[in-house]
Amino acid sequence: MTAVTVDDAHGHGHPEMTLRQFINTYVFSKDHKIIGLQFLFTTLLWFLVGGLLALGIRWQLAFPWQSVPVIGNLLFAAEGGQMSPEFYTTLFTMHATVMIFFVIIPILAGAFGNYLIPLMIGADDMAFPTLNMLSYWFMWPAFFCIIMSFLNPPYGAGAGWTSYPPLSSVSEAAPGSASAQTWWLLAVTLVGVSSMMGSVNYMTTILQMRAPGLTMFRLPLTIWAMFITAILQAFALPVLTAAGFMQIFDRMAGSGFFVPEGLVINNADAESGGGQPLLWQHLFWFYSHPAVYIMILPAMGMVSDILACFARKPIFGYKPMVYSISGIAGLGFIVWGHHMFVSGMNPMLGLTFMVATMMIALPSAVKVFNWLGTIWGGDIKFTTPMLFALSFVSMFVIGGLSGIFMAATPVDIFIHDTYFIVAHFHYVLFSGTAMAVFGSIYFWFPKMFGRKMNETAGKWHFFLTFMFLNGTFFLMHILGAVGFPRRLADPYHYATFKHLLPMNQFITYCAIGMVASQVIFAANFFYSIFKGPKVGRNPWNANGLEWMAPSPPGHGNFDFQPIVYRGPYEYNSPEVETDFYPQTQPPPDGVEPAADEAH
Amino acid sequence: MGRLWSLLFLTVPILGVAIFVLAMIPGGVFDDHWLPVNINEHGQIIDDLFMFILYLTGVIFIGTGILLFWFLWKYDTETRTEPVKYTHGSHTLEIIWSILPAATLLFIAIYQMDAWASHKMVPPVDDHGDPKPALVEVTGRQFEWRLRYAGRDGELYTKDDIFTVNDLHVPVNEQVVIVVKSQDVLHSFFLPNMRIKQDVIPGMKQKVWFQANQVGQYDLVCAELCGWGHYKMRGRLWVDSADDFAKWLEQAEQEQNSTEIASASQE
Ligand SMILES: [Cu+2]
Ligand SMILES: [Cu+2]
Repeated sequence: MTAVTVDDAHGHGHPEMTLRQFINTYVFSKDHKIIGLQFLFTTLLWFLVGGLLALGIRWQLAFPWQSVPVIGNLLFAAEGGQMSPEFYTTLFTMHATVMIFFVIIPILAGAFGNYLIPLMIGADDMAFPTLNMLSYWFMWPAFFCIIMSFLNPPYGAGAGWTSYPPLSSVSEAAPGSASAQTWWLLAVTLVGVSSMMGSVNYMTTILQMRAPGLTMFRLPLTIWAMFITAILQAFALPVLTAAGFMQIFDRMAGSGFFVPEGLVINNADAESGGGQPLLWQHLFWFYSHPAVYIMILPAMGMVSDILACFARKPIFGYKPMVYSISGIAGLGFIVWGHHMFVSGMNPMLGLTFMVATMMIALPSAVKVFNWLGTIWGGDIKFTTPMLFALSFVSMFVIGGLSGIFMAATPVDIFIHDTYFIVAHFHYVLFSGTAMAVFGSIYFWFPKMFGRKMNETAGKWHFFLTFMFLNGTFFLMHILGAVGFPRRLADPYHYATFKHLLPMNQFITYCAIGMVASQVIFAANFFYSIFKGPKVGRNPWNANGLEWMAPSPPGHGNFDFQPIVYRGPYEYNSPEVETDFYPQTQPPPDGVEPAADEAH
Repeated sequence: MGRLWSLLFLTVPILGVAIFVLAMIPGGVFDDHWLPVNINEHGQIIDDLFMFILYLTGVIFIGTGILLFWFLWKYDTETRTEPVKYTHGSHTLEIIWSILPAATLLFIAIYQMDAWASHKMVPPVDDHGDPKPALVEVTGRQFEWRLRYAGRDGELYTKDDIFTVNDLHVPVNEQVVIVVKSQDVLHSFFLPNMRIKQDVIPGMKQKVWFQANQVGQYDLVCAELCGWGHYKMRGRLWVDSADDFAKWLEQAEQEQNSTEIASASQE
C-alpha cells in the first residue's frame, strides 16, 4: 500500500514527463503492450511499402515498358520513365521480402503475439521483458539492411525472396546488385534473431505464467496457435540462420557451400566450388515451409476467437482444432520438398514429400469444417471483425484447395513457377492472413486504445477490399492454367502468353483499387485512436480474460487477480442468463463447475 | 444487412465456378485462356489429373461455399427463428470429416504416382531395352539456350556434334530424350505444350523425354529466375516431320562445316 501511495505522490509531483521517462515508457519500453503496439505501427507502415512495391510489379505487367506514372521520371529519367528489367527483379524480390519478413511474421507474432499473450492468459507481462524489448529493437538494424539492399546503386537485390544460388551467391551472376544481396542476407538474418527472441519468450510465458485455473485446454485458440507457432520458429529458424551465414561466406569469403566445381558465370570464374546449389534449397525451405504456417496459424487462432464471439456459440470441436494446429505444425516439418518437385531433386524423394503434403491438407480441412460447425445454429452478428473473419474462412478454402494441385507432383510439373502458385499463396497470405489481421485489428482495437473504430467505415473497407482482392487474385488461377510464368518482366513476347495482356490489365486495375481502399482503413484507424467512441472493458460481450482488464490496460494489466473457471468459448451457456459467460465469472450457487470440454 | 452480407459470400462459389467454366469452354470472353494445346503423348495424363483435381476440389468449393452462405442466411441475428444451438462439437462428425478427406487425399496421392513415374522416372528404351540415347543436349546460360545435337553417328559428345542456339528442332511421332544442364545459374527448361518443366542446375545433368504428336512451332520458356534478362531467355521448339528434321539437321551440319572451314582458312 505504502509503495502505491509513494508512486502516486511521485506522479502528481511531476505532471510533465521528463524526457528520460518518456523514452523508458514509449521507446525502450519493456511493457508487452507498448512493444506490441510498436510492432503494429511499424509493420503497418511496411505493409504500405509492400503494397506500393506490388503496384510497381502490376504496372509493368499491365503496361510493359511504359513510363511509370508519378515516380517514373524521377527514378528512370534516362530511360524516359520506363523501369529497367533489373528494377523489376528488385521490385518482386523486395515485395515478397517485405511482406513476409517485415509484415506478416512480425505483425502476427510481434504485434498480436506480444499484445495478446499476457492479457489472454491473465499474466502481468511477458516472462522476459528485456528480451521482449530487444526482439523489437533488433528489427531496426534489419530495416536498415533491407533499405540499404533496396537502394543499393545501381540495382537492389534481385534474386527473389528465395535467394537461390548461384544467382545469389556469385557476384558476377548479377552485376550491379552485388553488395545488395549481402545486405539482403543480413536483413533476413536479423529478422530471424528478433523472431527467435520472441518465440523463446512466448513459449516460456504461455507455459509458466497462466492465471490460476487456466489449464492448457482452457486456452483460447489464439494462444494455442501462438504457442505452436513459437515452437515452429524455435526449431526451424536456426536452419535458415545457418544457411544465411553459409551464403554470406560464399559471397564474401569464397567458401563455395552452394557453388559447384568449375563454375563460369558471365565469363568470370566463380573461383570456388565443391558445393551444391540444391543444398540451399533444402535448408531454405526447411525453414520457409514451416514459415508458411508461422504466417497462417496465428491468423487461424484469432479468426476462431472472433467467429465464436460473433456467432455467440462455443467453438465447434475445440480439441480437434488444437490437434489439427499441432498436426499442421508436425507435418509442416516434413513437406518442404514440395517446393522442389522440378528442382532436380531425386524424383523418388519427390514422391515421399508428395504424400506428406497431401496429408497436411487434412488438418486444414478439419479446421474449415469446425469453423462452419461454429457458425451453424448461432446468433450471427455481422460486425466488421466478423465479416473479415468470415471472409478468411471463405478465402482460405480457395487457397487450401488450390494447394492440392501443386501437391500433385505431375500437375506441379506444369504449374510450378506459374501464376497458379502466385494465386495460391496470395489467397493464403493476403485473402487469408491479411484479412484476419484486419479483422483482429477491428476486434482488439477497443482493448488497445480504449476506443472503438467506426463500423460503417469498417464495413466499406471490408467490402471494397473483398471485391478488389478477388478481382486481383482469382483470375491469376486462370493465367496459371495457361502456364503464365512468374517473375518475368515481359512475358508477352512469348506467343503462348501474348493474349493474356488484357486480363493482366484488369488485375492491375483491381490491385490499384485494393491499395486505394486501404485509405479508408488508415483514416478510420488514426481518427479512432483519438476520436473514436470510448468503450468499457468488454465492448463485444466476450468471454476472454483480456476483456476483463481495463481498456486500455495499465502497467501490469489486471487490477485484480484473475481466477479462471472455464474455457473462453462459453457463449449462450445454459448456466447463466446472459449470452456470455466470462472465464473469470464464478459459477452461480448450486452449479457444479463445468467439466472442461464436451466429449 | 445480414442477408446482404450472406449473399455477398454466396457470390464466391457462383463467380468462382463461372470464371473457371468460361475459361474452360472454347470461344467467349476468355477464349484461349486455358491449358495450352498439348502435343505430348505423355502430356494428356497430366491434363487429366488437373481436370480430375479441379472437379474434386470444385465440389468441395461449391459445397463449403453454399453451407457458409446458408448458415449466415439462416442464423443471422436479425431474422433467425431457432434458439442458439449450445454445443461443443460432435465426435461422429469429427470422425466422418477426418476419414473422408483423408481417404480422398490418399487416393489422389496414389492415383498420380503413375503419371509422375512416366514423366520423371522411366526414361524411354530402344528396341533392345537399353535406355534411348539423347538426341540433343540443352545447356542454359544467361540468357540463351545452347543446343548440341548428336551428328551422323547418333552419339553425343563426339567430333561430329552439331551446335545451334535457341532453335530446338525435334522429329514428330518419335520418343525424344534430351539432356538438360546449366552452365552458370539455375534456369528451368519449360515446354508448356509438352507439359514439361525441369530446372537445370550447374554441376548436374538431367534427362527429359517426350513424344510430340503434332508438327508446328512452340515456345521454349525459361521458368526459373536467372537474372535481369530472365524474361528474354526465350527459345523456340520446332516439331518437324521426319523428313524436315533430317533436312534441317543436314543443313545445320553444312552451315557448321562451312563456318569451320571459313574460320580455319582465316587462320
Ligand atoms: Cu511449402
Ligand atoms: Cu531464366
